[in-house]
Amino acid sequence: MSGDSFTFTIDGVEVTATPGQTIMEAADAAGIYIPRLCDVEGLRHQGGCRVCTVKASGRSAAACTQPAAPDLVVDNETDHLNTMRRHLVEMLFQEGNHLCPVCEASGNCELQAMAYRLEMVEPFRFPGLEPCRPVDASHPDIALDTNRCISCGRCIRASADVDGKGIFGYVGRGIHRRVAVNGSDLAHTDADINDHAVSRQVCPVGCIIRKREGFSIPIGEREYDHGLIGDEGDSE
Amino acid sequence: MDKPRILEIDPVTRVEGHGKVTVHLDRQGNVNEARLHIVEFRGFERFIQGRLLWEVPVIVQRLCGICPVSHHLCAAKAMDRIVGVDQLTPTAEKMRRLMHYGQVMQSHVLHFFHLSAPDILFGFGSPAEKRNVFEIIRQNPELGHRAVLMRKYGQEIIEATAGKKIHGTGAIPGGINRNLSTERRDQFLAQIDEMQDWALEALALARDYCLREKDFIAKFGGQPSNYMSLVRPGDGALDLYDGNLRMLDARGEAIFDQVDDSRYHEYLTEDVRRWSYMKFPYINSIGADDGWYRVGPLARMNTADLIDTPLAAKAHEDLHAAFDTPLIHGVLDNHWARMIEVVHCVEKIRELLNDPDLQGTDLVVKGERRHEGVGVIEAPRGNLIHHYKVDENDQVTFCNLIVSTTHNNEAMNRSIRDVANKHISGQEVITEGMMNHLEVAIRAYDPCLSCATHALGQMPLKVELFDSNDVLIDSALQSP
Ligand code: SF4
Ligand code: SF4
Ligand code: FES
Repeated sequence: MSGDSFTFTIDGVEVTATPGQTIMEAADAAGIYIPRLCDVEGLRHQGGCRVCTVKASGRSAAACTQPAAPDLVVDNETDHLNTMRRHLVEMLFQEGNHLCPVCEASGNCELQAMAYRLEMVEPFRFPGLEPCRPVDASHPDIALDTNRCISCGRCIRASADVDGKGIFGYVGRGIHRRVAVNGSDLAHTDADINDHAVSRQVCPVGCIIRKREGFSIPIGEREYDHGLIGDEGDSE
Repeated sequence: MDKPRILEIDPVTRVEGHGKVTVHLDRQGNVNEARLHIVEFRGFERFIQGRLLWEVPVIVQRLCGICPVSHHLCAAKAMDRIVGVDQLTPTAEKMRRLMHYGQVMQSHVLHFFHLSAPDILFGFGSPAEKRNVFEIIRQNPELGHRAVLMRKYGQEIIEATAGKKIHGTGAIPGGINRNLSTERRDQFLAQIDEMQDWALEALALARDYCLREKDFIAKFGGQPSNYMSLVRPGDGALDLYDGNLRMLDARGEAIFDQVDDSRYHEYLTEDVRRWSYMKFPYINSIGADDGWYRVGPLARMNTADLIDTPLAAKAHEDLHAAFDTPLIHGVLDNHWARMIEVVHCVEKIRELLNDPDLQGTDLVVKGERRHEGVGVIEAPRGNLIHHYKVDENDQVTFCNLIVSTTHNNEAMNRSIRDVANKHISGQEVITEGMMNHLEVAIRAYDPCLSCATHALGQMPLKVELFDSNDVLIDSALQSP
């Protein structure tokens, strides 16, 4: 244990952290899962979705951006927090058009998996907005079905920070804020199938589609077919 | 009474899949015209536009709650052609066939148990409250038990090949996404003898019924017609999964034969009528008036030269030997035909399970992209056609579906008219017998309408009688 490290607790379990680590990083290192959608290993933190919200010594904080601190008392798996997280996830569903049974991300989708973990059930408490959104299939190898985009920004950070390209960006404001491509359509960007931004790890849902791969993984072998997201040390 | 009347049969309690029958009577109380109104499938062809081609086999399963696997496989066959694949790997084709035989088997068994058996065991004359599945279980618990297990067997085959019992993902353009584990194979093989015995017993029940009621069936809503199905290239054998199109006339002469399925539109035209969402296909060479035809299990028994599995082959010969006409026309003889197909499916399933190709790992092939593709399959209820065009971005730009109920549309309307003529003309009020007979006529075609999945006497029906001024003069309601 390095001299600088300190301890704090998550749901009563003592966790060791080093200065600069976020609550989530320390939790991951300790094998404790905190739900998340916009945060993913290898990309800088954004703190956008709020699904990772915890109580840190009584105050709500996004675990993916909030630094750990000595003697912090963190609540994570509480009914109150999970109910709030469930409402957030439900709103993400209702803001887009999610037809899981016909979606190629089904079984590999973090949003769907989070809904299962948080036990989201119908009937929903929020109305569906049923937006009218286009499919951009102009690129030979990649398609975007923005009906399923949850604006997590992971593709934006991956493209800008890892690929050095800036293919994706936010447009619009408020409820209308959306992720769009930096060009008239995807074919008019320099997006490439080998970009990190279009790899399977980046888009948590079925918005960024690698063409002609859909449904090739049989049911039973998909990422979340055998357990809840976050279980079995799954803390990417 | 001197005004023309309209008799309406309207299943009311189901939101999806309701049909409506209007029987138009003339001033003398004779049937002028009978129409079956179908709203199913409306809008789907448009909904699928713009979707990505590999999504289509999964999406189309939502089209129909009755035989999703048939749509899944049919769309996959069309998409094979679009991704430039004319020949699947042996593993892919055999896995798809296994899925299909499992589906046809479970669908036919469900139909037999819920819809046919009450007629077969109790007869039309028995009171409606007796003609249902619960009465069968009460009087014949063993039969009920077997039907449940046979259905489960078929569903488990679907699950093992598609990943789920309903709305799986097995078939993908150019192949399949899984093979069959030896563990699953051995589970299925362990039960196959029992399945075969039960299938043969069910066949005997259906056969006895059709022979016993031969006179009634001959008079009931059936008239000679043309018949279409896929048949195997070369020997013209029954093939439920793949083949060429064959159309026979009522005497058994070929109208067209061994036609590549992608050329269906050169031989068939789909007529549109103002009062129906469902089209009326007809044979081009005969024309709209007389070019109607039937599809389904009986059609297949008529078109197939032979069946390539021994027990079903014998049953097929036995069926034809029972009639002195070249082809068989009674709509209720579909009961018999269906059970021959169950035997065939069980035999095919056994053959496939014993084939090591099912454990192969070569699952998908790729080819040169095309812009258009047709897939045709013999679904439990008959021939099914899916036709798509896909642009260079992989998005669907055109879709045309002909489901078996569409193929049978004109025949169904004619049967309804026929039954109406015999049972309704001259009636001043709506009787239970009148409703029963129209209902049976619809159901005999086994249309993929959810109202038709209710047992006889259970179909939600509203019957209304109007005079020529559209004034209601009588009505009756039947609820399941
Ligand atoms: S993106 Fe995820 S949540 Fe949305 S439809 Fe697809 S599987 Fe369902
Ligand atoms: S496209 Fe995917 S990665 Fe990008 S913001 Fe939308 S959901 Fe997130
Ligand atoms: S994961 Fe922390 S805000 Fe999204």
